[in-house]
Amino acid sequence: MARSTLQIATLIAGLALVSGGSAEGLVHYEITGDGIANSLTGAAGDAARGRELVLARTTTCILCHSGPFPETRFQGDLAPDLTGAGNRWTVSQLRLRMVDASRFNPGTIMPSYYRDDGLVRVGRNFVGKPILSAAEIEDIVAYLATLRD
Amino acid sequence: MNFWRAIVLAALAATAPRLFAGEIPPDARRSGYSFMSPGTRAMQDDDSSNPGMLFVLDGEALWTKKAGSANKACADCHGDARSSMKGVAARYPAFDKALARPVTLDQRINLCRANHQQAAPLPYESRDILALSAFVAHQSRGVAITAGDDPQLNSFVEQGRRLFMQREGQLNLACTNCHDDNFDKRLAGSPITQAQPTGYPIYRLEWQTLGSLERRLRSCMTGVRAQAYEYGAPELVALELYLMSRARGMLMETPAVRP
Repeated sequence: MARSTLQIATLIAGLALVSGGSAEGLVHYEITGDGIANSLTGAAGDAARGRELVLARTTTCILCHSGPFPETRFQGDLAPDLTGAGNRWTVSQLRLRMVDASRFNPGTIMPSYYRDDGLVRVGRNFVGKPILSAAEIEDIVAYLATLRD
Repeated sequence: MNFWRAIVLAALAATAPRLFAGEIPPDARRSGYSFMSPGTRAMQDDDSSNPGMLFVLDGEALWTKKAGSANKACADCHGDARSSMKGVAARYPAFDKALARPVTLDQRINLCRANHQQAAPLPYESRDILALSAFVAHQSRGVAITAGDDPQLNSFVEQGRRLFMQREGQLNLACTNCHDDNFDKRLAGSPITQAQPTGYPIYRLEWQTLGSLERRLRSCMTGVRAQAYEYGAPELVALELYLMSRARGMLMETPAVRP
């Protein structure tokens, strides 16, 4: 009994540590020229995982974009086809476009995927969170870079 | 000749109703109906296959049913809805003098229940409120929308327009980004409409039931990951009023069917 109480207390302390970590906010990044040269995580992304993320509707990518995804129905046409994205943009440019596309065009409808402030009436479950994590952005950037004609 | 023509054109441009950037000119407005597949249009067009008509029939029964401690039915004051309610929904939300603000048709029905029937309000999106409002709005089918004509509503229409233009939520999108600037394109394969609220309450196939414009607005807000306003919130009423005034002159379709 005493042991299980202790275990629960340890578990709660552990959870508090985890949530404290995520409340620290976004990792710092530096914009150079028209891009972000360095990986947000310090590591290269996983392109295969990036493809899965692009196709997952929760990331919102294919609600607006279409691309070379013949197996997937219901793609959007509000935004450019992602085919050839790796020819059009460097990795550094892709990273900044994911992080904050409004830097290139303040009127863009593309959300800033790595931003947690300056937003209005954010839903309770999303307050203080970016749309994508740093690791997810790196995976997607790694995948988009492979989309070369 | 060209000089005078230029002056005439300039004068016409100056006196035409002012459109903000991105807003849809009156003659380019289209009902959500025009974005639908032939099958869904046919479902709306045929009263015997339009599922919204079941709610209209329920509403017709409620219209003559006595309610509340006053033991009065809608019909006891308003008589035959086919004449007394014709055109009424086309001018809602309407200004309420006692409250000094606009109220939706649903809110008007509940004000009537409180003040004249001494009955409890019907909950938002309950079958009975939807049935009554569908029945009342159905009497305006084919009637041109006039909402927002009352000058007392001007500041509320303006509030609704500001909300329509305001980016919000984690996805940081405004209504106007899709419904003024990108209608007819496809979001996840589905056509984006102009958000002309001509047929509410609508039978939405995705919902498998009838629903109000407020429900539709709340689900768009949730879609952009914004905190949806509560039913009856002044912001939702203002948005509804702006949308109805934006559709002024378009014909009511209640009960519309939408995907």
